[in-house]
Amino acid sequence: MAEFTTEPVGKSVTRIDMYDKVTGSATFADDIQFGPGLYYGRLVRCPHAHALIRKIDATRALELPGVKAVVTGADVPKNIGLYLIDRPIFARERVRYVGEPVAGVVAISEEIAHEAAQLVEVEYEEVPAVFDPVEAAQEDAPLLHPDLGEYEVANFIFPKPGTNISEHFKLRRGDVQPAWDRCAAIVEGTFRLPQIQHVPIEPHVAVSLWEPSGQVTLWTCSQSPFAQRDLVAQSLDIPHGSFRVVSPYVGGGFGGKAGISMEVCAVVMARAVKGHPVKLRMTREEEFIGTTVRQSLVAHTKIGCDSEGNLLAMETQYYFGGGAYNDYGVNIARAAGYSCTGPYLIPNVKGDSYCVYTNQPIGSAMRGFGMPEIHWGIEQIMDQLAEKIDMDPADFRRRNCVKSDETILTGMKMPPIDLVSCIDKATKAIDWGKREAPSAPHKKRGKGIAIMWKAPAMPPNPGSAAIVRFNEDATVNVSIGAQDLGQGAFTVLAQMAAQALGVPYEWVRVSVPVDTKYSPYEWQTVASRITWSTGNAVKAAAEDAKRQILEIVAGHWGEDPKDLDIKDGTVFSYRTEEEISLKGMVIYGLPNENFEGWTGGPIVGQGRFMPTYVTNLDFETGQGTRAVVHYTVGAQAIDLEVDTETGEITVLRIASVYDVGKAINPDLIMTQIEGGAVHGMSSAFEGLRFDSEGHPMNPNLVDYRISTAADIPLEIHGDYVETPLEDGPWGARGVGEHVMVPTAPAMANAIHDAVGIRFNDLPLSAERVFQALQEKRES
Amino acid sequence: MANHTITFTVNGALERVDVPANLTLLQMLRDKLALTGTKNGCEAGECGACTVLVDGEPTNSCMMLAVEADGREIMTVEGLAPEGQLSPIQQAFVDHNAVQCGFCTPGMLVSTYGLLRRNPNPTEEEIKEALVGNLCRCTGYVRIIQAVQAAATQFAGTEGGA
Repeated sequence: MAEFTTEPVGKSVTRIDMYDKVTGSATFADDIQFGPGLYYGRLVRCPHAHALIRKIDATRALELPGVKAVVTGADVPKNIGLYLIDRPIFARERVRYVGEPVAGVVAISEEIAHEAAQLVEVEYEEVPAVFDPVEAAQEDAPLLHPDLGEYEVANFIFPKPGTNISEHFKLRRGDVQPAWDRCAAIVEGTFRLPQIQHVPIEPHVAVSLWEPSGQVTLWTCSQSPFAQRDLVAQSLDIPHGSFRVVSPYVGGGFGGKAGISMEVCAVVMARAVKGHPVKLRMTREEEFIGTTVRQSLVAHTKIGCDSEGNLLAMETQYYFGGGAYNDYGVNIARAAGYSCTGPYLIPNVKGDSYCVYTNQPIGSAMRGFGMPEIHWGIEQIMDQLAEKIDMDPADFRRRNCVKSDETILTGMKMPPIDLVSCIDKATKAIDWGKREAPSAPHKKRGKGIAIMWKAPAMPPNPGSAAIVRFNEDATVNVSIGAQDLGQGAFTVLAQMAAQALGVPYEWVRVSVPVDTKYSPYEWQTVASRITWSTGNAVKAAAEDAKRQILEIVAGHWGEDPKDLDIKDGTVFSYRTEEEISLKGMVIYGLPNENFEGWTGGPIVGQGRFMPTYVTNLDFETGQGTRAVVHYTVGAQAIDLEVDTETGEITVLRIASVYDVGKAINPDLIMTQIEGGAVHGMSSAFEGLRFDSEGHPMNPNLVDYRISTAADIPLEIHGDYVETPLEDGPWGARGVGEHVMVPTAPAMANAIHDAVGIRFNDLPLSAERVFQALQEKRES
Repeated sequence: MANHTITFTVNGALERVDVPANLTLLQMLRDKLALTGTKNGCEAGECGACTVLVDGEPTNSCMMLAVEADGREIMTVEGLAPEGQLSPIQQAFVDHNAVQCGFCTPGMLVSTYGLLRRNPNPTEEEIKEALVGNLCRCTGYVRIIQAVQAAATQFAGTEGGA
């Protein structure tokens, strides 16, 4: 790499955080040193899936030497929640899942805190529990939240008090009934996906200090420092200005460190021991059951097409098993509702998407936000339809997939995208249509494809802000509230700042850690929105700084700023070819003629971005002018082998192609594609298991396996298409989550191609494949 | 809990520390010596984020007691670039963009160092086998394996130096 990278947008520059991360000097939340005043917290978790709390007695715990405090639900009367404020910080009256915190112990060591937690005595009265989302949605199901009607709720979420349904999104377009009669092929299926966990390698850590003055600080690994500030401030009645969230590097998030889970517990515990920081660190077991998980889903889906392969109608019910409380859950069901068709143009649609309370860990955001779940069924049905009318599945998708400017299911006009090119490139990369020999006689080889769409799912007006400050030597500090979880946000934002300012990439620093006291506002690092939204804010801030510089220099030279530009850190005039370095002048300004005074001063640029055009959707039909800001689309094609003697699946090739609008850093996109493909593949084999009473059976990395280095595909082929997004910086849109959405269904389609067997339920396993092969042989 | 005084080297420097008998090597490195490059991901020997070398062998430091380190040689990620100059392994990770969130990276680097010390020319299968105990959720391992292959070429050319 050259020492200085000029005009870095579009170039694969080295990650800005690389040196810190390969030397072990990158600071993560658990690495921050707090000195001998640090106390340790431990949560007391309930052992029942659904019970009423009769009594909590902390006397024995408090008598243990070294114990400083025990907090319970009695100390926190208000609930917390993102869209539906339904969750007590510590359980009050009722517990709704195994592992729910009922108390928090603070002690001088982790060991004492652990011991004391076992001394907190809680009396429970068990009540009936419910785990399946379809059962839980019935009128006579055990009710988790009798007070559902009294919870505060966002104006686009529609819970049904008196039931376990926390959100019901309805999509009505055209008329499905008469359309079924015109279908030459109809396929209907029920698809089930279990709860799965994010499994970041860094477990959640939160440290909080409540100073006697009322100033409160929370240090934590967070995708959402500002949202956490807002939620905790509201719940605990702290002025926003007195509450500070500091988030250093995040050791993997995937949605699990967005919103809020255990962080608020640390703040409540710190309030009980003012002046002492309190550290609360999740064990791996707690990470599985006590933070958040991806929701389960039961999908009943029916789709039909005519004999030419034109999709005519779709009817679907999605029942998301939301777990005991909603963090993002309700909005995942909503997103699955307004995107319920997947990336297809279907004229007649009846969709109902429900988020349903179940006595399980809290279901929330995970990479893909409802899309991996719904695409699992949709994409298998599309293959079955293609087969029924004897059409190539890739051609079937080319014909029906959504295209620019078409009016999609919500009535919104599709912003520019090119999904057909994604299909073309992905299929070509695995020699689609060519039957290839398996590596051994007992193996069967097959190919499959799946396509996807996903919109950033968020309130209509999430904002981003950025500040660009110059230093004496013309290096630049970019402050943002967006977070780098590994996806490369800091690098991409630094590239954008450099490009817009006209300075080399290497002159830019991104101010870390994210600190709500000093960093400008950012809604949250979620929804694959940072490249786009924060990118726009950074570009605006850089342009603001550049405008200030050009005005100063133009005044100094007696020229029009329009005739000046900045390149490689030097201001120059197109008209006179005069040049001046940024060094010094960006702080000290420039002298007037004959040194009669000075012009300028320290350059600080500010920028912000917030989408202003998203509209409400009709409650009965889900119709509206603009449901979402945009969609990112893509395709994956998979070539695999099934071992008929063991049921083992070996993925030979995955080709992934996405329309990214503009590749700001092409190699970072490739690393997302590779990581996403393996994450998607791994997710097909993952599932939290519970016994009949709701106790988790595999909350550890031995019984809940994620892909290792030995499991990965032999070849991952990444590529992208660039159809510029109208309001994206240089046309860019996000791709971080999308890369895992179609992997599992593409695998399922390839397995069917290989052995003629369909799997409607996840997780897959070699055992299940083997059993299905046996049954097929026998029948 | 009785304390024990133990003596060992970490990254070439001799250390003497008082530790309780139940303290793990991971806790000692992080909490007593502030060597926080070694990460705590599961405390059950399942994720590999805490991998260090003990007498040259990659070891999950969460599964070893600090007292067992008495008289041994420990190397952590901080020992790979003691002077701040990246080692060939680290440089290969940089060159191949083999890092995302960075939390598994110290363990990956140390496991790689352990592998290349005993097998300077590993096959792809041997690399995967050596890293199977180091979990990564971000990268899909693709670049990590490429980086190890590239580092092996470099490594062979240096005198066993990291």
